[in-house]
Amino acid sequence: MVAVSSTALALDGSVAGLFVVFGLGVMVSRQMLASLYFFMWQSVALTASALVLADALDAINLLWVAIITFVTKVIAVPLVLRWAAGQAIYGRREVDQALSIPASVLVAAVLALVGWFAVAPTLPFLHTAPFAHLNLPTGLIMVLWGAFTVALRRESVAQLMGLLIMENGAFFGSIAIVHNLAVIAEIAAAVDVPIVALVIGLLIRNIRRVTGSTRVGALDRLHER
Amino acid sequence: MSAHWLPLLILLVPLAGALLAVANRRSAPYLSLLAALITLILAISAAWWVERHGILRGSAGFFSLDALGALYLLPVSFVYFTSSLYAIGYLWARRQEQGPDAAPPRYREYFPLMNVFALVILAVPLVSNLALMWISIELTTVFSAFLVAYEDRAEALEAAWKYVALTSMGAMIALLGVLILYYATHSLGQPATWNGLLRAAPQIPGPILLLAFVLWLVGFGAKTGLVPMHTWLPDAHSQAPASVCAVLSGVETSAALYMLLRLYPVLASNPGIHDPAAWYMTAGLITVGSAAFMLLQVHDFKRMFAYSTIEHMGIILTACGIGAAVHEVGTVYQLFAHGFTKSLCFFAAGLAGVVFGTQEIAQVRGLISRAPAVGWALIIGTLAIAGAPPFALFLSEFEILYTGYASGQYLATGLLTAFIVLAFIALAYQASRIAFGAPATDAPQARLPIPRSSMAAIALAIIPVFVFGFFLPPALGHLVHQAAALLEVHR
Repeated sequence: MVAVSSTALALDGSVAGLFVVFGLGVMVSRQMLASLYFFMWQSVALTASALVLADALDAINLLWVAIITFVTKVIAVPLVLRWAAGQAIYGRREVDQALSIPASVLVAAVLALVGWFAVAPTLPFLHTAPFAHLNLPTGLIMVLWGAFTVALRRESVAQLMGLLIMENGAFFGSIAIVHNLAVIAEIAAAVDVPIVALVIGLLIRNIRRVTGSTRVGALDRLHER
Repeated sequence: MSAHWLPLLILLVPLAGALLAVANRRSAPYLSLLAALITLILAISAAWWVERHGILRGSAGFFSLDALGALYLLPVSFVYFTSSLYAIGYLWARRQEQGPDAAPPRYREYFPLMNVFALVILAVPLVSNLALMWISIELTTVFSAFLVAYEDRAEALEAAWKYVALTSMGAMIALLGVLILYYATHSLGQPATWNGLLRAAPQIPGPILLLAFVLWLVGFGAKTGLVPMHTWLPDAHSQAPASVCAVLSGVETSAALYMLLRLYPVLASNPGIHDPAAWYMTAGLITVGSAAFMLLQVHDFKRMFAYSTIEHMGIILTACGIGAAVHEVGTVYQLFAHGFTKSLCFFAAGLAGVVFGTQEIAQVRGLISRAPAVGWALIIGTLAIAGAPPFALFLSEFEILYTGYASGQYLATGLLTAFIVLAFIALAYQASRIAFGAPATDAPQARLPIPRSSMAAIALAIIPVFVFGFFLPPALGHLVHQAAALLEVHR
C-alpha cells in the first residue's frame, strides 16, 4: 500500500460525500436549473478530489485533470447549454420524470448497494491505489445513478445531465487508480467532454427547433407496431 | 516510403477529405470519394504488410495494427468508399422525392461528417492505447449523430436522440471498465495495449478483470446492439439515409464488438475467471434469438436489416464462445463478411425506398418488375445476409456451426442453428414479399430514375459478397487464420 496521510484520506472522504450528495441532487431535483447547478457543484467536487489526490500522490497529471475538469464542466458545459436550450433551462422549467422522487431515492439506494457489492471484491487487490477504496465505489455508484437519471427523465437537458454525471463518476473512480494515464489519452478524454456536450447541445437545439420543445419524452413515434 | 507511416496516413486522408469537403461544397462528394479510395488502397497495403511481416507499429508508438485489426480495416475502408459513391446520387434522389423545387442535398454537412465518422472507426483497430480506442468508439457516436438526423424530421431527431443517449450511456459505463484495465496492466508493469493486456492477463486479480469485463459487456454491448441494449438500432436505421446505415450497421456496430472479441483471450488466460466462453455464448444467444423473433414481425424493410445486424452481432459473439477452445476462423470471417454484406443490403433497401417512396413492407410489392436491378440486388443482399450459399456469410456460418457440433457443444450450437434458420425464413419471406408479385394498384408510382452512382456502388458491393463465398485470395486466407489465432486460447 502506498502511504498517504490520514488528512488526505479524510479530505477525499469528505469530497466523496459531497460528490454523492450533488449527484443525488441532479437525479431528483424537479427544476432544470437546480439540476444544472447540482451538476456544476459535483464537477467542483471532482476537481477538488483530483487536487487532493494530485497533492497526496505527487501526481502532476491529476493537476491537469483538475484544471481541465473545471474549465470544461464548470464553465464550458453550462455555456453550451445556455446556447442550446437557454429558455428551457433558465425559465424555471419543471422536469417530467417517470417515477416520483421518493421512489427514485429508493431506486438510488438499491443502485448504491449494487455498486458497492460489485466493487467490494476488487478492493483487497487495489493495494497500490490507496484512494480507490473511496473513489472507485463512489464512481461506480455515480455511473449507475447517471444511467438511472437518463432512463428516468423525459427531458433532453436532464438526460444530458445524467450522461454528464456518469462521466463524472467514471472520472471520480478512475483518478484514484490511473493517475499515471498517458497525457495524450488524458487530453483526448478531456477534449471529448466538450465535444460530446456540444454535439448533444446541437441536437437539443435542433429538437427544440423542429418540435418546439426539449421534452424528448414526447418524441414517441418510432416503435414496432 | 516506410510502411510505419501507413496507420497515420490512413487517418490523415479522411481528415483531409473532411476539410476539403468543408471548403468546397460543389466538389465535396468527389473529394470525399477520392479520399475514401485512397484510404481503401492504403488499408489494403497495410493489411498486405501485416499478413507478410506481422504487427505493423506506427510512428511514435501511438499506432499498432495486427492481423485481426487489419482484417477489420478492410471492410471499414471498403464500405467507406462504396458508401461515399452511393451517397452522391442517393442524397440527390431523396431530395427530389420532396418535389422538383426541393433544396439541393446538404453535401457540405454530410460529406465532412461522413469522412470524420469513417476516420474514427478506422482509428479503432489502428491506435494502440486502450483509452484512445475508447475515445475513438465514443467519437463514432458523436460524429454520426447528425448523419442519423440528416433528414431533420421529428422522427429522425427522435432516432438520433435515442442513439446518442443509449450509446453514450454505454460508453460511460465502458470507460470505467477501460480505466480499470488500464490500472491492472500498469500495476503489472505492462503498457495498456492488447499485447500488454495479454501479457498481464494471467496475473490480473480475477475480481478486477471480471468487474472490467462486465462493464465492457454492458457498455460496448449497448453500442454493438446486444439485447436488451439494442433499442436504438432499429430506430436509427429506419431514419438515417441508407448510405449512413451501411456504415453504421456494416462496420460501426462491429467496432464495439471488436473490442469485446479482443477481450476474450485476456479473460480466458486468467485462472480467476471461470468459463468466459459461457458469458459470450449466453449474451450472444439471447441476442440472436430475440432478433430472429423480432424479424418475424417487422413492418419496415430498413428496420428488418437493422434487426438482422443485431442477429449477426449475436452470432459473432456466440461464435467466439463456441470456437474459443477450438478455432476462431468462423468468428473472424463472419466479422469480416458481415461488413460487406450488410452494406449491400442497405444500399438496395435505400433505392427500394426511392422507387416506392415508402419503407413499409405492406405497401411495397413487385420491386423486381418495377426496378429489376434494385429488386435483384435486394434479393441477393437478403439471401447473402441470411447465410445462403454461395455467399461469404454461408462459409462463415457453416464453419461456426461445424466447429460447434464437432467440438460437442450441442446445446449452444443447436440453439444457434435454430435461430439462424428462423432468421433465414423471416428474411426470405419478407424479401420475397417486397421483390415479387404484382405491384399493388394503390402503391405509390415510381417517380424518379435510379441514381447511377448508387447503382455503381451496389455493383461494387456485390463483388466481395459473391467472390468471398467461394474464393479467398491466398494472402487474405492467411490473414484470416492469423486473425483467428489471436482469439484462440488452448488451455
